[in-house]
Amino acid sequence: MQILDRFRDPVVGRALLVKVTEQAKEVAERLGRRSVFMEVCGTHTVAISKAGLRSLLSEYIDLRSGPGCPVCVTDYGDIDRMVAFARTPGVTLGTFGDMIRVPGSFASLEKEMAAGADVRIFYSPADAVEYARTHPDRHVVFLGVGFETTAPGIALSILQAKAQGVTNFSVLTSHKLVPPAMHAIPADPELRLDGFILPGHATAIVGRNAFQFVADQYNLPAVVTGFETTDILDCLHNLLDQLFQGQVRVDNGYSRVVKDEGNVRAQALMEQLFEVADVSWRGFGVIPASGMVIRPEFADFNAEKRFTVNIPEPRIPKGCRCGDLLKGKINPHECRLFGTACTPVNPIGPCMVSSEGACAAYYQYDRRGQ
Amino acid sequence: MCVAVPGKVIEVNPADNTCIVEVFGVTRRINTIMVGEVELGEYLIAHTGFAIEKLDLEEAMIRLKLWEEILSYADPGQVS
Amino acid sequence: MASDIILLAHGDGGKLTHDLVTELFMKHLGNGLLEGLTDAATFKVGEGRMALTTDSFVIDPPFFPGGDIGKLAVCGTVNDLAVSGAVPRYLTAGFLIEEGLPMADLERVVASMAETCREAGVQVVAGDTKVVPRGGLDRIFINTTGFGLIPDGVDLGYHRIAPGDMVLVNGNMGDHGMAVLTAREGFGFEQPILSDCAPLHEITGLLAEKLSGVKLMRDLTRGGLATSTKEIASSAVCDIWLEEAAIPVDPVVKGASEMLGVDPFYMANEGKFLAIVAPEQADEALRMMREHRYGRNARVVGEVRTGKGDCYLKTALGGTKYLDMLAGAPLPRIC
Repeated sequence: MQILDRFRDPVVGRALLVKVTEQAKEVAERLGRRSVFMEVCGTHTVAISKAGLRSLLSEYIDLRSGPGCPVCVTDYGDIDRMVAFARTPGVTLGTFGDMIRVPGSFASLEKEMAAGADVRIFYSPADAVEYARTHPDRHVVFLGVGFETTAPGIALSILQAKAQGVTNFSVLTSHKLVPPAMHAIPADPELRLDGFILPGHATAIVGRNAFQFVADQYNLPAVVTGFETTDILDCLHNLLDQLFQGQVRVDNGYSRVVKDEGNVRAQALMEQLFEVADVSWRGFGVIPASGMVIRPEFADFNAEKRFTVNIPEPRIPKGCRCGDLLKGKINPHECRLFGTACTPVNPIGPCMVSSEGACAAYYQYDRRGQ
Repeated sequence: MCVAVPGKVIEVNPADNTCIVEVFGVTRRINTIMVGEVELGEYLIAHTGFAIEKLDLEEAMIRLKLWEEILSYADPGQVS
Repeated sequence: MASDIILLAHGDGGKLTHDLVTELFMKHLGNGLLEGLTDAATFKVGEGRMALTTDSFVIDPPFFPGGDIGKLAVCGTVNDLAVSGAVPRYLTAGFLIEEGLPMADLERVVASMAETCREAGVQVVAGDTKVVPRGGLDRIFINTTGFGLIPDGVDLGYHRIAPGDMVLVNGNMGDHGMAVLTAREGFGFEQPILSDCAPLHEITGLLAEKLSGVKLMRDLTRGGLATSTKEIASSAVCDIWLEEAAIPVDPVVKGASEMLGVDPFYMANEGKFLAIVAPEQADEALRMMREHRYGRNARVVGEVRTGKGDCYLKTALGGTKYLDMLAGAPLPRIC
């Protein structure tokens, strides 16, 4: 793995950091302010915080987190629905780890577990199908949370369940699409962004071309990048360069994985199983054509068709500013609840709970001196 | 959103569309339907038990060379 | 044993309990103090300071790669005594068992405890067994209380820590936590990561008794290196700086933690400790640790500085991360 080790080389990282810092300083001097870039992927949020990049560059670059954490953008009503499913007798709720502690209006899955609900963490939806197959007395409802990176795997798992004759498996979809949410951000007059750091793996699925609108429609540079510190620094170097030169392009900095057209097989799987729908995002409200629901021909694997659950009206906790945070309008430190009433141990909103939530990442890694 | 790591293919099972990848010494079986045929020694990006793309080592080399260029500029103040 | 599973009657105190104690527990754990089967173990201790600690073990699964709940129940308590500077001597063992547990599983756990006791040089001198109805608890829980003697001259504590002191660990971080996380159902890793569960009395004993510059030692269990370091910094009212590049992590554990999205610095260990050592003795401490089989990969990972109780990690990139205690369980990240 020698070539790939180079991407993790701290010597290269430090050299790139020096370069980017010099560049950022020049740009800041020319603009008369810091440049402002937004990452739109929760994994990037964590990578940036973990490497200490946010604080290292804060003098010249304002790095903002966007709606890139699929758990965080899951609306209260959706979480309440998941909790209601967890309470349904005979149901084993399968989920990726992040969803467990996210608070809904009244409860979280963690609290439901303590009250006796059968909630299980699975690394892969395929494992959930296997669990359903070996536990015919339970109905496994898998929480389909995620963006385009995750949806094809869930589609495939439904097909596998169908092929294997596993009838006690269904999915509660909460899939969301990245490009539609991004339209909501540059259109906001309060935000003054200079460019985007585009997600690496979601783009691997949908293709670089899917983000061309950022340049064409909003006149903002954007660069797809991977998750090593070196990748992120390289991305910033490109964005700063474009800003300095007055250029606007959507570049692919993760060319070793991402293609212009994306992964057509994965796209075909999503097309086969899901149809696009208007769905609600925490902080944004309903965004047209921004989510995916299961097609009618696969209704047997749609948890909402297999069960009827009652959900009370959602209730939003006072003072929670996850919505503004997800739109990049504020940094975690600007929320009055951050670190006081809202902590990882006692979270008010999902941004503090999900390990990719900006607040959780900031609380863990970026709290010093703020 | 995109937690996925590059793994090296160490065993191929075309019959059930899976392969075993090794990631820093840990091995796991993953599904390969989304990337088509795989060969021993190839690198795949694995996410939640599925290969979502192949990693192109040639492109990786190109990227590394680009960085060498960026870092070897004589004038540190120059931006492009 | 007449029955191949544990029945409620095994916890009644009657004939079945007696048989269980004499045929299973005594067979493996029997020693002078236990043999009398008296209500309490009685013994003399002499002068000097004593150490007492207790811990309960509820690990799921009870048998995991690299160990089991029995070995853990001995090591966990022995290590708490060991890092306090005590020579571990006696343990008590309370067993809470779910009706229906296979007798073979119990025997396996107890045999493992006995083997670990032998390695740790301790004896189980008092015990208790209760059985609860099926569903009342998950298979088997164990509580052990440990008693040890602190040799004269050994003085460990927060009061001794001073700016300039070095922070050492005896090996790779995160092994146990990752072993348990990956062993649980649903995580199909094909190459098991092994727990580092081990008794540390010998290696800590060497340090405490031979080096006056060893100020404090801490067992790095739940919450991992980062949590313990933060606790020490808070209690000793100083700052501690750790160097990311210096902290040893097994590449396999690192790989699994990247795959799952957890941080090895926050994962539990069961055979690792940190030692705060005066700078002039740090090299010697390191050498002594590396000569011991449970310290082969020992490293200096940080230092103590003047401060108010904050903890920082210097990243490989030269950045600084503020470290805090672990909040909540380390959930695997996926998307």
